[in-house]
Amino acid sequence: MNTAYVVRFVVIMTALVALSLALLSQTWAEKIKENEAIFNKRSILSAVKEYLGNDADGNPKDPKKLPDDEIIKIFDEQVEQIALDMAGNRLGPEQVQASGYPGGKAENIDMAKEKKKDEAVRILPLYIFNSNEGKFYIVSIRGKGLWDEIWGNIALKSDLNTIVGASFDHKGETPGLGAEIKDNPKFPASFIGKEIYNTDGRLISVAVKKNAGKKNPHAVDAISGATVTSVGVEEMMERGIKYYEPFFNSLKGTK
Amino acid sequence: MAENTVQEPKVKTSEPLFGKKERKLLTDPLNDNNPITVQVLGICSALAVTSLVYPSVVMAIAVVFVTAFSSLFTSLIRNAIPKQVRMIVQLVIIATLVTIVELTLKRFNYPIYKELSVYIGLIITNCIVMGRLEAFSMANKPWRSFLDGIGNGLGYGAILIMVAVIREIFGKGSLFAGSPLEMKLIGAGADFMINTETSALFGWYSNNGLMVLPAAAMFIIGIMIWIQRSWNKKLIDIS
Repeated sequence: MNTAYVVRFVVIMTALVALSLALLSQTWAEKIKENEAIFNKRSILSAVKEYLGNDADGNPKDPKKLPDDEIIKIFDEQVEQIALDMAGNRLGPEQVQASGYPGGKAENIDMAKEKKKDEAVRILPLYIFNSNEGKFYIVSIRGKGLWDEIWGNIALKSDLNTIVGASFDHKGETPGLGAEIKDNPKFPASFIGKEIYNTDGRLISVAVKKNAGKKNPHAVDAISGATVTSVGVEEMMERGIKYYEPFFNSLKGTK
Repeated sequence: MAENTVQEPKVKTSEPLFGKKERKLLTDPLNDNNPITVQVLGICSALAVTSLVYPSVVMAIAVVFVTAFSSLFTSLIRNAIPKQVRMIVQLVIIATLVTIVELTLKRFNYPIYKELSVYIGLIITNCIVMGRLEAFSMANKPWRSFLDGIGNGLGYGAILIMVAVIREIFGKGSLFAGSPLEMKLIGAGADFMINTETSALFGWYSNNGLMVLPAAAMFIIGIMIWIQRSWNKKLIDIS
């Protein structure tokens, strides 16, 4: 087997493989993008899962189990999405596109990409969920856990103070420890009813600490054995919600 | 293997489709020559993905697919593969199949793709796959290589699922969490991941945190190897 044969073999084989894989990936690209979008919508709706209403059997709807088309339907009918800049101004679709998201909608904003940008030029997605029980404001936040990035969505009541739900996810936290922020529904549920402003009207967010106590409106219990992830969640909440403060203030001003 | 063999209709070749040798190729990796417990290959992913049963089942199916078809394709072109680049050629075949698995998951079951994340991609580096290609497919006919691939994939998958069942029951008190079959087996109802309040069999049981960690899989696989070695005469060291 001479060199010419080896080269010929490798070239033909690689070409065949590359061609078939490219073809497959192209045929499915659209649907995969759709799946990604639905996955994102699901996690956004998880933050307001208490207010999604009941299904036909009378059980509360679980965004993790709803079929895809229902997720899209709820999202289209009940969610209003706004893109914001760091000063709290609403951005039009063109400005979102200019930031590198051809979709032009708030849901197209990739928080991981935004996190790498300079703080001043970032753009933020905000979702307003309209339900029978009123308006809920869902903010997206992103930070750092122990091993890799963590992120989440926090839903606020229309007073822009009380948290009504949260959902978290992570890239590589330890199962059974840091990964509990996502796996254990008790952790996101512990944020419900907490307040992000103190009595003086200053934004202090919610601390994640030991022995927080049920009555403390500004703290939740940390996950034992996952100190770094807990601190990461606390830091992410504080910084992430602060980004939205200018917009909240403008909302309050117009009221 | 002394059972009465059902006579398979012979297809062209003089070799039977499911002769004694062929069946041995399928069953050997399940016990006597198991990739995980005997050859101790593919441990990394066995530790990482086995905390829940559902992802483990998906992973097992993916590995069976990859081992079976990479063996088949390698065997089909085994006489044309230049010796100097044979490992790279095998790697290209494996990588192609793994990419197909990855795309298929992304297309048809996105949440499970997210759950398994890098481990699907890491099938490429799973020693079982490459090991079988080098040791078997390069020197055997396509049909036998295909069976050998299925056998080894199943041997790996069986251990994976066994470990996952133990870890999920004791670590989370559930089975098949995340899938439509999801059920709560032991421990307090409505506690962990699962919303059904029914079938709280052992209400007093509280989840064992160790079982969720990869270390638990190490212990379980170790105990499995121990049990298998003391029970399977063929594996007892004669020396």
